[in-house]
Amino acid sequence: MNKNNTLFYIIGAVILMLLPFVGVPQYYLHVLITILIYSFIYTSWALMGRFGLVSLGHGAFMAIGAYTVAMLWNYFHLTPWIGIPLALLFSMIVAILIGYPCFRFRIVGHYFALVTLALGEVIRMFIMALRDHTGGDLGMTPDRYELGTSVYALQFAQKETFYIIALVFWAFGIWVWKKVDASMERYALEAISEDEDAAASVGIHVTRQKLRITMISAVMTALGGVLYGQYQMYINPHTVGGVGISLQIVFAVVAGGMYVAFGPTVGAIITISLAEFLRVLIGTAMVGLDNTIYGLMLILFIIFLPQGVLGAILEKGSRKKALRNLTAAMGLTSK
Amino acid sequence: MFDIYLLEAIINGLLLGGVLALLALGLNLIFGVIDVVWICYAELVMFGMYTIFYCYVKFGFPLILACVAGIAVVAVLGFLVHFLVISPILGTAPINQLLATGGLLFFLQSVATLIFGIEFRNIGLRLPVLEFFGMYISFARLLAFCTAAIGMTVLYLFLARTYMGAAIRAISQDREVMVLMGVNSRKVYLFTSAIGGGLAGLAACLLVLQYDVHPALGLSFGPITFMICVLGGLGNMIGGFIAAFIFSQIITIGGFYFQLEWGYVIAFAVFIIMMFIRPQGILGSRS
Amino acid sequence: MLELQAVNANYGSFQALFDIDLSVEQGEAVAVIGPNGAGKTTLLRVISGLIPAGEGTLTMEGKNLKTVSPHSIIELGIAHVPENRRLFPRMTVEDNLKMGGFIPAARKEYKERLEFVYELFPILAERCAQLAGTLSGGEQQMCAIARALMSNPKLLLMDEPSAGLAPVIVQRIFELVRQIREKGFTVLIVEQNIQQVLQVVDRAYLLEVGSIKVRGTSAELLDSEEIRKAYIGV
Repeated sequence: MNKNNTLFYIIGAVILMLLPFVGVPQYYLHVLITILIYSFIYTSWALMGRFGLVSLGHGAFMAIGAYTVAMLWNYFHLTPWIGIPLALLFSMIVAILIGYPCFRFRIVGHYFALVTLALGEVIRMFIMALRDHTGGDLGMTPDRYELGTSVYALQFAQKETFYIIALVFWAFGIWVWKKVDASMERYALEAISEDEDAAASVGIHVTRQKLRITMISAVMTALGGVLYGQYQMYINPHTVGGVGISLQIVFAVVAGGMYVAFGPTVGAIITISLAEFLRVLIGTAMVGLDNTIYGLMLILFIIFLPQGVLGAILEKGSRKKALRNLTAAMGLTSK
Repeated sequence: MFDIYLLEAIINGLLLGGVLALLALGLNLIFGVIDVVWICYAELVMFGMYTIFYCYVKFGFPLILACVAGIAVVAVLGFLVHFLVISPILGTAPINQLLATGGLLFFLQSVATLIFGIEFRNIGLRLPVLEFFGMYISFARLLAFCTAAIGMTVLYLFLARTYMGAAIRAISQDREVMVLMGVNSRKVYLFTSAIGGGLAGLAACLLVLQYDVHPALGLSFGPITFMICVLGGLGNMIGGFIAAFIFSQIITIGGFYFQLEWGYVIAFAVFIIMMFIRPQGILGSRS
Repeated sequence: MLELQAVNANYGSFQALFDIDLSVEQGEAVAVIGPNGAGKTTLLRVISGLIPAGEGTLTMEGKNLKTVSPHSIIELGIAHVPENRRLFPRMTVEDNLKMGGFIPAARKEYKERLEFVYELFPILAERCAQLAGTLSGGEQQMCAIARALMSNPKLLLMDEPSAGLAPVIVQRIFELVRQIREKGFTVLIVEQNIQQVLQVVDRAYLLEVGSIKVRGTSAELLDSEEIRKAYIGV
């Protein structure tokens, strides 16, 4: 069983890596890169979301990542090699600053979601208030370094290069997800999400567990923000911060499946493909049609398919398998 | 040194607080009774504002009639929100309700974009600015405050004196037993949702006098409304009332001393700090 | 008036009631007694529609209760005083009573019903503006009974009214049941306090593990060896 999986992964990885070199047009590469970056971010969010820690403010971490690196580069000429660790540190601090009191004082469910919403807004407001340096609503552009490709500046004009980078990070995100899934902490977190008191009473350190997964999620999301910034070479408070992007993250994960490794990726594929498809089909004539469909889909998903598309498919598959195993174990013949 | 401008800011803060209190009231009512947070609440207000705009500016209704239309439309919207979206997922995890109303937020915002376009609309009323002892108080703000106060009083009387009001108060205290009183829970929820919508519609009437409307308006004051509700204790209407005024004072005074945005930053920061000092909110009870 | 025939009831896959035959005639006071977990509360909940009845017939004055939606049962004249009182704690006594008289038929007579109830329970009149959650156990039980009486029911269902109350209060409560009876109300009362309840009712059923084991007049049951050994300890 394991051997089959590994083979599958190797073949998949090879195909994915070769994609840009078999003559895929630039436009599609761009879409693929966007999907990969967002999938990475969505997967990071799902690390918290799957354990009931629904954050409506993850845009904050994206913003911290993107803006820290961009501002340190533009104003202090600090290479992203230094800027990125600083941004990650910064996001970790913010995560602890918000997370520790929340978890210590048992702020959960609605309250937690609204606190994260507030966090997202604080960061966004902060960016707006510093508009002289961040460009406020108009956004900011990291200064181009020479011809646009440089390892020093971590800027790459060639889409093929960025594709590989995005692919690596995306794979890293999946790897982290799977690591968490297979860890003992996963069970602790699931217990916590069911009943915190009961979990605590069997010796699970609730605050520490929640804080740890929050930090992982925050740091990875910030990294995703950096990726986004360095790729798009333009950021503004609405694309990397604020309620809009935060909700977009949530929606994509729910649509794709929160409890499955590739669920968030499927969610990204669905939402981004839909957006691009609509844009090609209708152009900018009907601005907002994609969001209309997203919104409608999210509602319908929650009502009819709360485990997301991938989750539902996998569950059907595993349920059949489980039933088969059960009947086989009981020695019943199929009738 | 007595600063008249500071006093002006304080009074303006009070007046702003009135409208914020009204917004918080609707949200708290819904949460207190049905136990759901409508993340899309501000978007309902936005639709109310558009309704009033179109009725008054495009169809030539008298302003009062336009406002009544606005309230009615949003009340219906509130009813539909519960009927179509909340009701099917009522028993499930609270996350689902957050996500469903989040999806509704997206949906309403983008439908508004499709129908109304992204331009900022204003009903073009220039209400006078009153002068009191050297302070300038906007009449619109004053009117909003008074209307909000009246609205809240009417709601209070409704809840305290009528049978349906009693049922609404009772259902959040013991839902199962309501059946034995002959009360259809679903009906109460739908009624409450319609009232919540109506309050949002009333808020729309007041906001449209002072602000432009555009599809993303909800993002501007939605989060603030939630903060106020949580700060006052989610579901606690009196708490929300008090919190609204605290918040509005921080915003206006903060904006007075620094730039406008800093007022909001401080307000949000205070919110986060308050969450740690007293997470259940000022008047909330530990659940 | 109330008639159950061969009624079954389930909690999911767990069957709680087996083949219940039970009736209550107008003006009677009937008790259902039995140990914990016998299904007594389940029985009352089936009658008031909180739990769907499985097979069997369930009628009130000839009307099939199974076809009536749960919140309309009270309109047929069945009022239920639930286990553990279940008052609305943050509402006043009077507001609680108001909720008892919520149905349109009761609203018309609200003033008269309120007067009646305050006469029967003077202490509630005293405390009419007090929050129900701050009342003592006995007062809460009285309030719960009063609330049910607000709809002028044809049949009053009472679920363990003596539960959790001090012995002195328990006596008061049973005295009240007798008074209510004398006013002409029909009562179906579920109780664990067998000795006291049998002195207040005409007939009783013994429910054990979901089935009726014994039925008869209260005198018969008080005399019965079985019951005395198992439950009264004499």
